[in-house]
Amino acid sequence: MDFEFSKDDELFRQEVANFVDKELPWNWREDKIDSEDPKDRPKVTEFKKKLAKKGWLTMAWPKEYGGQAAPHIRQLIFNEEMSYRGIPAVDAGITQVGPIIMLFGTDEQKKYFLPKISNAEIDWTQGYSEPDAGSDLAGLQTRAIEDGDDFLVTGSKIWNGAHSGANWMFMLVRTDPDAPKHRGISFLVAEMKSEGITVEPIPMMWDHSRALITLENVRVPKKNLIGELNRGWYVGAALLDFERSGIGYASNASKLIKELVQYTKETTRNGKLLSEDPIIRNELATMAVEIETAKMMAYSVAWMQSKSDIPNKEASISKAFGSEMVVRLVNIGMKILGSHGELEPNSKDAPLRGIIEQLYMSSPASATAAGSSEIQRNIIATRGLGLPRG
Amino acid sequence: MELGLNETQQMLKNSAHEFLQAECPDTYVRAMENDGSGHATEIWDKVAAQGWIGLMFPEKYGGFGLSFLDLTILLEEMGRVMFPGPFFSTVIGGGLTLLIAGNEEQKQNYLPKLCEGQLIISLAVNEPDSYWDQQSIKTVAKKSGNKYIINGTKAFVDNAHISDYIIIAAKTNNKISLFIAPSKSEGINQNLHKTIGSDKKSELLINNLELSNDAIIGELNEGWNYIKKIQEYGAVGKCAEMSGGSQEVLDMTVEYAKQRIQFGRPIGSFQAIQHHCANMAIDVEGIKYLTHQASWNLSEGNDAKKEISIAKAWSSDAYQRVCALGQVVHGAIGYTKEHNMQMYTRRAKSAELAYGDSKYHLENIENIIGF
Repeated sequence: MDFEFSKDDELFRQEVANFVDKELPWNWREDKIDSEDPKDRPKVTEFKKKLAKKGWLTMAWPKEYGGQAAPHIRQLIFNEEMSYRGIPAVDAGITQVGPIIMLFGTDEQKKYFLPKISNAEIDWTQGYSEPDAGSDLAGLQTRAIEDGDDFLVTGSKIWNGAHSGANWMFMLVRTDPDAPKHRGISFLVAEMKSEGITVEPIPMMWDHSRALITLENVRVPKKNLIGELNRGWYVGAALLDFERSGIGYASNASKLIKELVQYTKETTRNGKLLSEDPIIRNELATMAVEIETAKMMAYSVAWMQSKSDIPNKEASISKAFGSEMVVRLVNIGMKILGSHGELEPNSKDAPLRGIIEQLYMSSPASATAAGSSEIQRNIIATRGLGLPRG
Repeated sequence: MELGLNETQQMLKNSAHEFLQAECPDTYVRAMENDGSGHATEIWDKVAAQGWIGLMFPEKYGGFGLSFLDLTILLEEMGRVMFPGPFFSTVIGGGLTLLIAGNEEQKQNYLPKLCEGQLIISLAVNEPDSYWDQQSIKTVAKKSGNKYIINGTKAFVDNAHISDYIIIAAKTNNKISLFIAPSKSEGINQNLHKTIGSDKKSELLINNLELSNDAIIGELNEGWNYIKKIQEYGAVGKCAEMSGGSQEVLDMTVEYAKQRIQFGRPIGSFQAIQHHCANMAIDVEGIKYLTHQASWNLSEGNDAKKEISIAKAWSSDAYQRVCALGQVVHGAIGYTKEHNMQMYTRRAKSAELAYGDSKYHLENIENIIGF
């Protein structure tokens, strides 16, 4: 066993940290940045281009596509450092569409999309969930009908991020309604400016919107089909060698807890420093334990990947525990903030820039997104522990 | 980064598993619960013959010279089968205390015999109202000529009833020193506690126990520094037992959920049961990696206070959660004496309390995170 990173890896971590300190176009300690907000978006793109120049944006990609074939541990460190600073460094193009095109795309598709993705020139939105297909994603109903050289796509996609500036959507659509549900799905990419696409923002309960995207007889050229017709489920599920440890939860939380401890040492309530309250101390110590636990779960996933083992139970454990851990931390944080906890970020006197308040409302949603905690537990139980499917 | 076992550890794990399956079936564990000594010498001799008692002690003291991390792997397997007897208390409380604190002569005197299985040694630190806190230790060693006279009460002393020697933490001036005394000394009276784990722990009533100067282990007045170090190993060792135990509880529970039919199908096909099992798996995973991380750091000689307290705080609570869910999935049968499930549940409390419970370790963590 060896629970330390190698010297080279630690040097890399330092290099990443130094680079961020110098090159980040916003102050990560103070400015709240939202990669989906039109006014913040150019800053995020500017930074991504800097990462692209360093080769870090596509570090996980194979060398033949301009990547660095970076080992999982390197990716883990990079992702850990980015999450700690709240930087939305990688996107769906880098982690999903690019790799899918590498595996299943035609030469033409590779030539067209890969350089644009690796240069942060395309903003993608993910067209997976539908109003009637959430956890049961394979039940999706958006229909694509062949029509000459095109598909005619009709249906709706929901919970899309990046709605404000996305210029392309990748999506799963039903191309054979008579086949068993996993076998009638195809993977398409479409330009958002295509006729027949309307985007309607869905304001969320925190300071943020998702989108409902309606497609009505949208013409998508057949050359935008990625992979074989009706094999889209398997195309969408294919993951190239991407670090998927879920380190972001622990990394983000380790920053939050530092800020909370500091806050209790500087804040007096009823004549006493909050840091002298034994219940607050105990609850934050409990969270420090949970953060370390989430970190080790994530490390174990990256380590398994680094040995070419396929973590399925482990990745689900890390996702379920990590996302729920953040919710618990934020709930404790809100109690610590007391009356000031209800202040929104732009309010005078909002403590810690309103981060805790925003996470109080948004972090439960991250335990739902990308495979809810319940789905993760189903996976742990059936695929991981071998319990019979219900 | 490498989170897996090396070849030696894998071999050790396999052979320990095989040996314990054969030598420590649940019938043996039950028999030892009801046995006054809780200890069977034939098995003890076999364990000694395996070289396990001396596993982590240097060869010059009759040991095998392996690491604490290797011992951790063995303790996981012992935890899996609830291996009864004085292995843990003798190796960690006795042997390791002597290795850390003892002078050369003391090491030569005790360790080779201990490694051979000829000595059982217990460690007596806590008292009826003192729990891993040097200030509240009331047992006193008073100097009288070239002797010390010890008076006081010790509580929850593991396996003192079958021990050959007991190491006693006592106040000397305002510091703590460690003394080693033959267990049968005049001046030591013992009462076995009745515990939910049916493990054997005793109260020691120490009344004018006379010891010579050379009964002091290591340096006078340095006892608490030794104890702090031993507590680190003890805490991680207990985590290892809990790691193995929790894995076994999970395995046993999943197996039961596959077999048990209700409403015409295995209960393991119901999501309510599946999610209980998934929650157990989450806790078990945490125990395993936190334990290995702490043990690796200790073995490397790193300052591992943070990793140790995190591992012990998590494992102490997580193991009890795992057992509680195991009980839920097993239903009524799991609460019966004839079922193995409840044997793990009863031991989980003892494992939490050993070498600092979660409350104790969370207080350590408070300091570490900047309070």
